[in-house]
Amino acid sequence: MTRRRPLLLQTAVAAVLLFLFVPIAIIVVYAFSASNVQSWPIAAFSLRWFAVASADEEVRAAFVLSLQVASVATTLAVLLGTLAAMAVNRMAPGPRDAVSFALVLPIALPGILTGMALNAYFSAAHMALDFTTIVIGHTVFCIVIVYNNVLARLRRLPRSLTEASSDLWAGAWRTFRLITLPMTASAIGAGALLAFALSFDEVIVTTFTAGVQTTLPLWVLGAIRLGQRLPEVNVVVFAVIVLTILPVGLAQKLTGEAGQLHK
Amino acid sequence: MTAQLAALRTFAGRRPWLTTAAMLALPASWFVVFYLAALVSLFISAFWQVDSLTGEIVHIWTLDNFRLLFSEPTYRHVALRTVLLAASVTITDALLAWPFALFLVRHAGARTRAALMAAVTVPLWCSYLARVYAWRLILSHDGALNWALNLLHLPDQKIAYTNWAIWLVFSYLWLPFMILPVAAALERISPTLLEASADLGASEFTTLRRVLLPLAIPGLVAGSIFTFSLTLGDFITPMLVGGAGSDFIGNVVYASVGVANNVPFAAAFAVLPLLVMAAYLLIARRLGAFKAL
Repeated sequence: MTRRRPLLLQTAVAAVLLFLFVPIAIIVVYAFSASNVQSWPIAAFSLRWFAVASADEEVRAAFVLSLQVASVATTLAVLLGTLAAMAVNRMAPGPRDAVSFALVLPIALPGILTGMALNAYFSAAHMALDFTTIVIGHTVFCIVIVYNNVLARLRRLPRSLTEASSDLWAGAWRTFRLITLPMTASAIGAGALLAFALSFDEVIVTTFTAGVQTTLPLWVLGAIRLGQRLPEVNVVVFAVIVLTILPVGLAQKLTGEAGQLHK
Repeated sequence: MTAQLAALRTFAGRRPWLTTAAMLALPASWFVVFYLAALVSLFISAFWQVDSLTGEIVHIWTLDNFRLLFSEPTYRHVALRTVLLAASVTITDALLAWPFALFLVRHAGARTRAALMAAVTVPLWCSYLARVYAWRLILSHDGALNWALNLLHLPDQKIAYTNWAIWLVFSYLWLPFMILPVAAALERISPTLLEASADLGASEFTTLRRVLLPLAIPGLVAGSIFTFSLTLGDFITPMLVGGAGSDFIGNVVYASVGVANNVPFAAAFAVLPLLVMAAYLLIARRLGAFKAL
C-alpha cells in the first residue's frame, strides 16, 4: 500500500497512545503528591507517603506475602509449563492442537471462572483457604504463560539441530541437556519473569482463594473500597507498577536477543 | 542399575510417544487435578443447595439455583448488562485497534514499529489495579478530567460511577489485547496481494474492504476473545468505577461467596460466563482465531 495520506492514521495513532499513557502518567504523579486529599492538579510534591507506606506493617506483610506467592507459583509454573511445551512440541499436529487448546483455557476463560471453580473445589474438599490455595490458583494461569513462551521458541528452533545431535549418537537426555535446554533457556527465563509479574499483580482469582490472607493487590483493593489510606495506595500502586514492569522489560530483552541469534 | 537404565533408554528410544507421555504426565495431572476437576466441581456445586439454618452445603440435587437465576429479574439484568458491556467493549476496541494496527504494519518503518509495539505492551504490564484506580482518580469530582473540562469552560462530566465509566475503563484496559493480534494478522498479509489488488484497478478503500479486512478477521476474532472474556469475568472494575446499579455477574458471584457464603448459587451464576465463552470459543475456532494467537 502507498505511504500517502497517513495523516488521519497518524492522528488516530497519537490519540490511542495518549489514551494508553495519560492514566499511567497520572497515577505516577499522584504517588509524589504531598497532600492527603486526592485532587487534581497536584498542589505540592513530596516523598513523605513513600516513608509512611514503607513503614506500614500491613503493607509490608502484604508485600512479603505477594513476593512469596509469586516466587512459589513461578517456580511451579516453570517446571510444569516447560515440560508441557516440550511434550506438546513432540506431538503430531492433531493431538497437539487439542492439548494446546485445553492448556490455554485458564487464560482464555474468564478469571472469575478459575477463581470460583477453585473456591467451590476447595470448599467441597474441605480445604481451608490459605497460602497453598493462593499459590495453586496463581500457578494455574502462570503455567500458560511459561508454556506459551517456551512453545513459541521451540517452534522456531530448526529440527536439524536435535537431529544432528541424534545422528552423533547423543541420547534423548543428552540432546535435551546440550541442545534443547540451552536454546530455550532464555524463553524459559522470559516466561518465568512474565509469570512472576502476572502473579504479583493478580486480583480476581486471588479474591476467591485467599481466605483471610492479604496479598498486596488485595490490600490495595480493600483500601480503595474503604476510601482509607489513599495516599499510601498511590505509593503502593506506583511500586507495583515498577515491580511488574522491571521483570517484563527484562523478559522482553531476553526474548529479543535470543530472537536475533536465530536469524 | 546401569543396565536397567540402559534398557529403559532403548525401550523409550524406540517408542518416542512414551517419552512424550512421560513429559506430559506431570503438567497433565496438575491440569486435571487443579483445573478440570475444579471446573467439574463448579458444575456439580451449582446443583447443590445451602441449608438456610446451618449454612452448610447440602448435597441434594436441585435446579433451584438456576430457577432463581431465570425467575429473578435482577439477575437477568445483571447477566444482560455484563454481556452487552462485554460486546460494546469488544466493538470499541476493534474500532480503536484497527487504524493503529494498520499504521503500525503498513506505514511505520522498522524502528517506529518496534517502538509502537513496545508502547502497546507496556500498559498491559502496568498493574491492572493501578490502571483502574487511575481512572477512579481521573473521573472523581476533583479529578483531572473535570479540571481539563473546566479549563475549556465546559461543564463537569457526568459519567463517573455509571455504566459509561465501566465501558470506558474496560475499553482502556483491554485495548492492547486487541491491537497485538490484529497487527500480527495484518503483518502476515503478503504485499503482493495488495499490489495485485491495485493492479486490478481496486481503489485503496476497496483493497482495505475486500483484501485487508477479510484477511485480518482471524486477528480481530483472536483479540475479541480477550476483550470479551476479560470483561465477562471481571468484577473489580464495576466495583471501583461503577455506580450502585452496575453489578456484573462477577459482583453477584463474589458477594454470594464472600458475604452470603452461598457457594452453590455463586457456582450456578458462574456457569453462565462459561457457557457464553464456550459458544464464543467454538465460533472463534471456526473463524481461524487460534492460528492467529
